[in-house]
Amino acid sequence: MLGYIGRRLLATIPVMAVVALVVFLMLRLTTGDPAAIIAGDNATSQDVAAIRAKLGLDRPIAQQFVIWTARVLRGDFGESFFFKKPVATLIAERIEPTLALATCTIVLAVAMAVPLGVVAAWKRGTWLDRAVMGFSVLGFSIPVFVIGYLLIYLFAIELAWLPVQGYQRFREGFGGFIERLILPSFTLAVIYVALIARITRASVLEVLGADHVRTARAKGLGDAAVLTRHVLRNAAVPIITVIGIGVALLIGGVVVTESVYAIPGLGRLTVDAVLARAYPTVQAVILLFSAVYVLINLLVDLTYTVLDPRIRY
Amino acid sequence: MKVSRRLLTTSVIALALILIVSTPPPAVAESVLRVVMHSDLKIVDPIWTTAYIARNHGYMVYDTLFAMDAKGDIKPQMVDKYEVSKDELTYTLTLRDGLAWHDGKPVTTDDCVASIKRWAAKDSMGQKMMGFVKDFQVVNPKTFKLLLKEPTGLVLGALGKPSSNVPFMMPKRVAETDPNTQIADFTGSGPFIFKKDEWKTGDKAVYVKNPQYKPRSEPPSGLAGGKVVKVDRVEWKAIPDHQTAINALLAGEVDMLESPPHDLYPVLKQDSNVRLFNGNPLGNQYTFRFNVLSKPFDNAKVRQAVLYAFNQEDFLKGVIGDPTYYKPCKSFYPCGSPLFTTKGLEGLLESSFEKSKALLKEAGYDGTPIVLMHSTDLAVLNNLAPVAKNLLEKGGFKVDMHSMDWQTLVARRAKKDPPAAGGWHAFLTSWVAADILNPVMMGFMNASCDKAMFGWPCDKEIESLRDQFARETNPAKLKSIAEAVQVRETQYPTHIPLGQWYGAFALRKNVTGVLEAPVTVFWNVEKK
Repeated sequence: MLGYIGRRLLATIPVMAVVALVVFLMLRLTTGDPAAIIAGDNATSQDVAAIRAKLGLDRPIAQQFVIWTARVLRGDFGESFFFKKPVATLIAERIEPTLALATCTIVLAVAMAVPLGVVAAWKRGTWLDRAVMGFSVLGFSIPVFVIGYLLIYLFAIELAWLPVQGYQRFREGFGGFIERLILPSFTLAVIYVALIARITRASVLEVLGADHVRTARAKGLGDAAVLTRHVLRNAAVPIITVIGIGVALLIGGVVVTESVYAIPGLGRLTVDAVLARAYPTVQAVILLFSAVYVLINLLVDLTYTVLDPRIRY
Repeated sequence: MKVSRRLLTTSVIALALILIVSTPPPAVAESVLRVVMHSDLKIVDPIWTTAYIARNHGYMVYDTLFAMDAKGDIKPQMVDKYEVSKDELTYTLTLRDGLAWHDGKPVTTDDCVASIKRWAAKDSMGQKMMGFVKDFQVVNPKTFKLLLKEPTGLVLGALGKPSSNVPFMMPKRVAETDPNTQIADFTGSGPFIFKKDEWKTGDKAVYVKNPQYKPRSEPPSGLAGGKVVKVDRVEWKAIPDHQTAINALLAGEVDMLESPPHDLYPVLKQDSNVRLFNGNPLGNQYTFRFNVLSKPFDNAKVRQAVLYAFNQEDFLKGVIGDPTYYKPCKSFYPCGSPLFTTKGLEGLLESSFEKSKALLKEAGYDGTPIVLMHSTDLAVLNNLAPVAKNLLEKGGFKVDMHSMDWQTLVARRAKKDPPAAGGWHAFLTSWVAADILNPVMMGFMNASCDKAMFGWPCDKEIESLRDQFARETNPAKLKSIAEAVQVRETQYPTHIPLGQWYGAFALRKNVTGVLEAPVTVFWNVEKK
């Protein structure tokens, strides 16, 4: 097992190298000039050129790439063009909101979706099944920002139960922290509830027809015991897979949700950095996202061995 | 069962303890003004960049030697008194008593001279002024002299320039930073202190009242007069989504929006706790900018044809819509400003398409498509290019409109390449009126070829008139020179004014005292 983990971790190195190269080239080939953005609307061409030289953007792309790679290998992601801060510091400041939002969303999504999917499968063909599947279709169909605005209108403006926007750090008070996470997490969770509930239903349905389930029932086990001990555990592999994919997809979801709820997380940082052509920041954030993506996949693969002893690496 | 109950009780107590421990004790009541500005504060050096958000930050943290009042007159601000010698070659400036930096050290004339030099290295009006300056002479820590090579009427106007780049005064150690390097020390002497430790990009920028600040005794007027701070703390909240910002205002989570989009004004007007207030009576001007390096706009006659094809009303209706917030203004200088004049523009900007076509024929226009850059992501600019395309086509032009985000446009407009190879012919933008009050200040009127702003107009006559303007000190003569520049602009158009538009602050009704000024400022503002 350890050998497998080691091999998988080693395999991430070429993946990250390719990501680094592609992101670097894409940013440089995209139209846009951070120096012009920094200089502002009233700046002259000379001002822009001076700032470009100061940032080293007048050097050949190959030279810029070599300099950046050498720095990254030393663990230095450079300094933000705009904020006069090391990129690593900037990212560290933004990790907590994104991590909190992603964790809350996944916990919420799994807590809602798995029971819904199981119930839908158990009561297949009934109004309950149709209601869960109907919600699932809706969840897929409504854009995240629409759900966000609807929830804000209802719970923040009309009922005034929850704040419209913002983020409060955990250390500044748990009440405010959780209060500000409820609406964004629900907003983002809707699509994952839909996705996980559908997969859970399909997977549970498949296992419900298996011989061992019939045997368990024949032994006289109750419904709850059959579902939890014999069905859910055997249906778990595809569910875990889709949760893993969901965590990876969250990276895209947080961008919209963080914008709608004005949460200063990594999603907002990425959008702002792309719009401002803040090359070092975009490069570092994409590298981080890629690493997270690769590690989540590894974690999902390792979870299979826990759920299904027949799987060995 | 007993175990479960015990576990439940323990969990509830633990959760309650966490809540008690993690909730900070209630702070002493302080008045906090929460504002959503037009943009997130990214760069905190108002000399390094011309971005308006950095300029607004500058007005919080720094002070200026002179400032423009509500009537457009330049008044002393940090300066107590000034004298101009009879030969108009020496300006003697004496600082007010009690001026101090946020670290408690006194403001000295050495600081001011260094600050003027750094600002002038970046600002076009500063550069123009420095062309007249022979030397600075520090008499004592409170008095210094500007020694000129020849008389100019520019000195007070430049030092009291209201908009980017503003000559903010910084401590000498900060002002000695290379003008092309961003400063890292944010010590100022202005009415607010920037809380660097609380500045979280993408979240908020925080300013607290400067307890040492000694305001002038005069009442506030525009950017001049007494800067009396009436709140303890101002927080600029970064909320990029307009709808969310409006929801936050309606819910009372923020107190003020600096620039809500026009199409959402009806939502704001419906709420009895919110009011709209136009804090910038001079407003802004829409502008069409030519690139004179590329055919066919290298020919002034072709550019004149555009002056015939356009009319201002179509642009203003197309973008702003509500006539309360726009005004056609056939002048290169803002309506309501001292140099406003319609001279030279009679019969132009009236969509005389036949005249436009006739001029194009006379100029030998060969049907080369005009590469028109269209900014799609800023609501106040989005509809301008489609209107321009429509009018240009009616006026006999072929138009190739390229849609892009503003930042791409900003990068592309700096390119001198031919339009077919990634360059451009024209784009539309907006100027804050305070940036275009006279021919020297107006960046797009700079016609000094390679040294001019993107578009690179090259006209000796305009430059000669701008030079005369810089040298003149008589107000009546200044006005006639400004008129002459405008007349020349109709013969050699560098850009076209497309009318004035106004925005409004959205304020909770308990927020009062917001000043009318070309820049959003927070002294005199109260939250009840």
